[in-house]
Amino acid sequence: MATDTLGNQIVQPSEHGHDQGHDVQAHQHDHHDAGGMKVFGFWVYLMSDLIIFGTLFATYAVLIKGTAGGPTPSEIFNLPFILVGTMLLLFSSFTYGMAVLAMNDNRLGQLKAWLWVTFVLGAGFVGMEVYEFRELIHEGFGPERSGFLSAFFTLVGTHGLHVTFGLIWMLVMLVQLQTKGLNAITRPRIMCLSLFWHFLDIVWICVFTFVYLMGAMA
Amino acid sequence: MATSMPERSRRMRIKNLIFFKTLPLLILPLLLSGCSMALMDPKGEVGSEIKSLIITAFWLMMIVVVPVIVMTFLFAWRYRNTNYKAKYTPNWAHSNVIESIVWFIPLVIIAFLAVITWQTSHSLSPSKPIETEEGVETVEIDVVALDWKWLFIYPDLGIASVNEVAFPVDTPVHFNITSGTVMNSFMIPRLGSQLYAMAGMDNDLNLIAEEEGVYPGRSTNYSGAGFSEMLFEAQVTSPEEFEAWVEKVRQAPESLSFEQGYEELAAPTIGHPVEYYSNVSPELYENIVQSFKSGKVIQPGQNDRNGEEHAAAEAPPAEGQAKPTNAAVAE
Amino acid sequence: MFGKLNWESIPYHEPIIMSVVAVMAVIIAGLVGWITYSKSWGYLWKEWITSVDHKKLGIMYFLVALVMLIRGFADAIMMRSQQAIAVGGAEGYLPPEHYDQIFTAHGVIMIFFVAMPMVIGLMNLVVPLQIGARDVAYPFLNNLSFWLFAAGVILVNVSLFVGEFAKTGWLAYAPLSGIDYSPGVGVDYWIWALQISGIGTTLTGINFFVTILKMRTKGMTLFRMPIFTWTSFCANILIIASFPILTATIAMLTLDRYLGMNFFTNDLGGNQMMYVNLIWAWGHPEVYILILPAFGVFSEVISTFSKKRLFGYHTMVWATMAISFLAFVVWLHHFFTMGAGANVNAFFGIMTMIIAIPTGVKIFNWLFTMYRGRLEFTSPVLWTLGFIITFTLGGMTGVMLAVPAANFVLHNSLFVIAHFHNVIIGGVVFGMLAGLTFWFPKAFGFKLDETWGKRSFWCWIIGFFVTFTPLYILSFYGAVRRMQSYANPEWQPLMIVSLIGALIILMGIACTVIQFVVSYRNREQLRDVTGDPWDGRTLEWSTSSPAPFYNFAHLPNVKAIDAFWEMKQAGEFETSRPPYQDIHMPKNTAAGPIISLFATILGFALVWHIWWLAIVSALGVFVSFLARIFNDDVDYYVPAAEVELIERAHHERLAEASKHDAHGNGRIGTMGGQS
Repeated sequence: MATDTLGNQIVQPSEHGHDQGHDVQAHQHDHHDAGGMKVFGFWVYLMSDLIIFGTLFATYAVLIKGTAGGPTPSEIFNLPFILVGTMLLLFSSFTYGMAVLAMNDNRLGQLKAWLWVTFVLGAGFVGMEVYEFRELIHEGFGPERSGFLSAFFTLVGTHGLHVTFGLIWMLVMLVQLQTKGLNAITRPRIMCLSLFWHFLDIVWICVFTFVYLMGAMA
Repeated sequence: MATSMPERSRRMRIKNLIFFKTLPLLILPLLLSGCSMALMDPKGEVGSEIKSLIITAFWLMMIVVVPVIVMTFLFAWRYRNTNYKAKYTPNWAHSNVIESIVWFIPLVIIAFLAVITWQTSHSLSPSKPIETEEGVETVEIDVVALDWKWLFIYPDLGIASVNEVAFPVDTPVHFNITSGTVMNSFMIPRLGSQLYAMAGMDNDLNLIAEEEGVYPGRSTNYSGAGFSEMLFEAQVTSPEEFEAWVEKVRQAPESLSFEQGYEELAAPTIGHPVEYYSNVSPELYENIVQSFKSGKVIQPGQNDRNGEEHAAAEAPPAEGQAKPTNAAVAE
Repeated sequence: MFGKLNWESIPYHEPIIMSVVAVMAVIIAGLVGWITYSKSWGYLWKEWITSVDHKKLGIMYFLVALVMLIRGFADAIMMRSQQAIAVGGAEGYLPPEHYDQIFTAHGVIMIFFVAMPMVIGLMNLVVPLQIGARDVAYPFLNNLSFWLFAAGVILVNVSLFVGEFAKTGWLAYAPLSGIDYSPGVGVDYWIWALQISGIGTTLTGINFFVTILKMRTKGMTLFRMPIFTWTSFCANILIIASFPILTATIAMLTLDRYLGMNFFTNDLGGNQMMYVNLIWAWGHPEVYILILPAFGVFSEVISTFSKKRLFGYHTMVWATMAISFLAFVVWLHHFFTMGAGANVNAFFGIMTMIIAIPTGVKIFNWLFTMYRGRLEFTSPVLWTLGFIITFTLGGMTGVMLAVPAANFVLHNSLFVIAHFHNVIIGGVVFGMLAGLTFWFPKAFGFKLDETWGKRSFWCWIIGFFVTFTPLYILSFYGAVRRMQSYANPEWQPLMIVSLIGALIILMGIACTVIQFVVSYRNREQLRDVTGDPWDGRTLEWSTSSPAPFYNFAHLPNVKAIDAFWEMKQAGEFETSRPPYQDIHMPKNTAAGPIISLFATILGFALVWHIWWLAIVSALGVFVSFLARIFNDDVDYYVPAAEVELIERAHHERLAEASKHDAHGNGRIGTMGGQS
């Protein structure tokens, strides 16, 4: 993603007579710390992304009554179907966790294998979502039908788009692991993707609860 | 002042150069003439209360503003770098006394203002009915913002007018405000509060006039090409004159209902003339509000709103069709 | 093939636009010719366009902002002259269709493409130096942010001569900005210009947030950070928290316009009030993103030129944080007249007024910084004094607007226009011009001419009051904003006064331009040899001017607020002293400009519905980003020998200066002795 200035990289012997307390060792940073900064920055990005989702959730809450004679939430949600998709995504979070554990043990092959498993599960989730959208549009309940459907498609679709980007990113990482192996550049990227993937999982739990469960029960 | 007005404006239009030379002389009377300042010379209870509220807030703020400005000049001059007589304390950067004072004074003023704010937000709430002596009945007027004109419906009288509204003096008026188009804001500056006009929504505004006269009203919220000329006249009259005005409207040949006449009226026009409708369907206002909630909408003339270039080029959507479909928009 | 684009899209029948286009074309052709003639393309590409150096990016932000200031100001003059003549049936020279684009463009340009880049540019230039860092946390992203911002600038300018700009007002209130009521491409230009540059702004926010948290030098605790860094820090938190709301809101408007969705439409369950709420949930914090760094500039300026510590440093910091928090709970005050209940209105009115308390405290703290100081009347100080007076008055009118019942008559009137120009000109513009003058030597190595700087100040402040006092008065006559014409001839004299005021401000801008020319011509006399022209207090003044690309040969060790001032008091300057080590630095990269070039094309293609081009350019963005990801050769080490050469040259200049300069401070002596 980004490069870092390893700004604080100095190896300076403390040799000045009056240089009290200029403890250079203390602010020596290395590549590892740069990776840490990368992960921290990515985490901050996720917080800003969270605000996008927050905005979309708020919009959905406002527009849920704006059905304009079209279908209401309970009429279009197929809970068992969604539950399967949810399980795929939740399980993919677990498999990504396994991938990170493998990385921490420097087992490259296992790491790649778990990433592939995660990819397949994620792709399954996206596929199910696309199918759900297609069915709705086919029935005439596309996003242009009502404010409620616009908000629904956009909220769920934005999440789906994020998952899709996560899948592309995963492919990129698989290529990079193949060509570069595990190093100071790929490790933080795997960690960032990990954050991203778990983040999407949490967002999905909110979507599932507030959109599907509460919608179907209402 | 009134007598010099036409002459002055004529001269300005002819030659701005002359104007520049006499500029100071011309501004002075304007600054002093409260009579033409709509907000400072209100003609109704709401407006009067808001006027005194503005003045109160102004003077309260002056308690801080004046010392700040004086201190700015005073400190800057006193502690200029060429003034070696002044004390110089380069490391002095904290004082509990000063810090307490600079927090405390604004705090007190804002606390005071907050109380006023709370009270006036309720007492001057636009939806709060205006109380008057018994026996005076509130006049009900429905207001619809259209492109770019105002439709006034008198539901109790079954009449309507465009760009002109009349009501008797000393009588509370209850406006129901909505829009048949984009957001506008309904305002008669001499009488006080404004309120947004929004499609599919019904906003309540209560005003009263205490002096007869003709007061300009307008949309204050930008709404497109004809916005500047989205003006109307509010005629505040004696009860007898109001009766006469109603009679005059009743003589008009036109009638208006959602099905008949509304669509033509709602089509975009700029500087629409005053019109009267002697016979108005009682559901018209409700129809207009509901038309945005049905899921099927008639938006008369929506596409030629932006002037000639689109009117001819794009076919208007078929009636009853909700809106242009994706394909239509995309191409 | 070309979507909605055809020859009719070019307004060649509009003489005003075409002459502007002709002038712009001549200027651009001249620039391109001159660069080619002087064989500077390689230099520009290597040293500027691909640069990841935060100082150079800061300079480029400011340069673009100044150019756009002229564009935005041309709009202002056109509006003021239109209103000066379009009275009593006269149509003036700008029909509504043109006038409505102008006030929209004026607002959009001044906020997004003048004020924002000035603030971000100054942050770029100053913050890493102030915290003792060699660059920002993510230098490539910093470069990308700039070029994404530039993409937005290009799109706005292209809209001038291909198609049209939005006719909706700067916030494009729905449903007016919806496809039903704005079928043209104007709103689409607005959407993509803001969306693309907004992504850049969000990245900047994240970048500086992490930079300030993670890149501070040893001993620079949070409560030793210079106040400009503090205010920038809070501004970046506001960016991170508020710009996503803008992104989401514009995205929803885009879906309404492009896919026929119904978020903000009148009908089919859309909710226009939600648009107004969302856009102001971003819009109000945005105002503080602009003003907080300006507060920081004034704090630095007033304490430096009073030769005195800032009064109430901790109070300043807490007040800044309080303002940042309150920025998110006041948005409803922009539409008290929507018809919310009295309780809601009262709550938001009171929250708004509460902001006046920390702000008032800040003003008193600046005053008490001058108190018992030795105030030098340089032009940055004049801007600061002008700010205190102007901003206080603006704050007063702001509080008046915050009283909901008073707002019922003042809303949408020229009072609002006068108020926010009062705080934005008096606050942000004065602040940025003060900051420009203050830090100019750090960027370029020579000071700006004081005479022309002061002339600029007087023109601006007099021009401001002459322009906007009439608008305050006119609001009491019932004059509203965004009028293309008006009926009442009584308003005209004040409108003409307002135009005269705008012309005085124009003279102020001209003075600034002359100031640059004069300063450049006299740069030898104005040369800042020591790197510390104002006897500064914070770390940026400890480097040479301009600062070396690695900023500090050794990262400083901070022991107090006003770190550099303390070092000078103690006679310690270890940041430039031998021996030297290799310094790790990021390499320049072409990825930012290339990605942004594709983003610009993408925006243009989406505006005109040229789908194939949109797909191609989106792929271009993706592939150039991938290329960056797969490139590991992104950093290098500056050899110690090179550092030594640069530092030694600086020491020699210092020694030379101390010979000529009898009252050279202790620092020059020390440094000279070292080298």
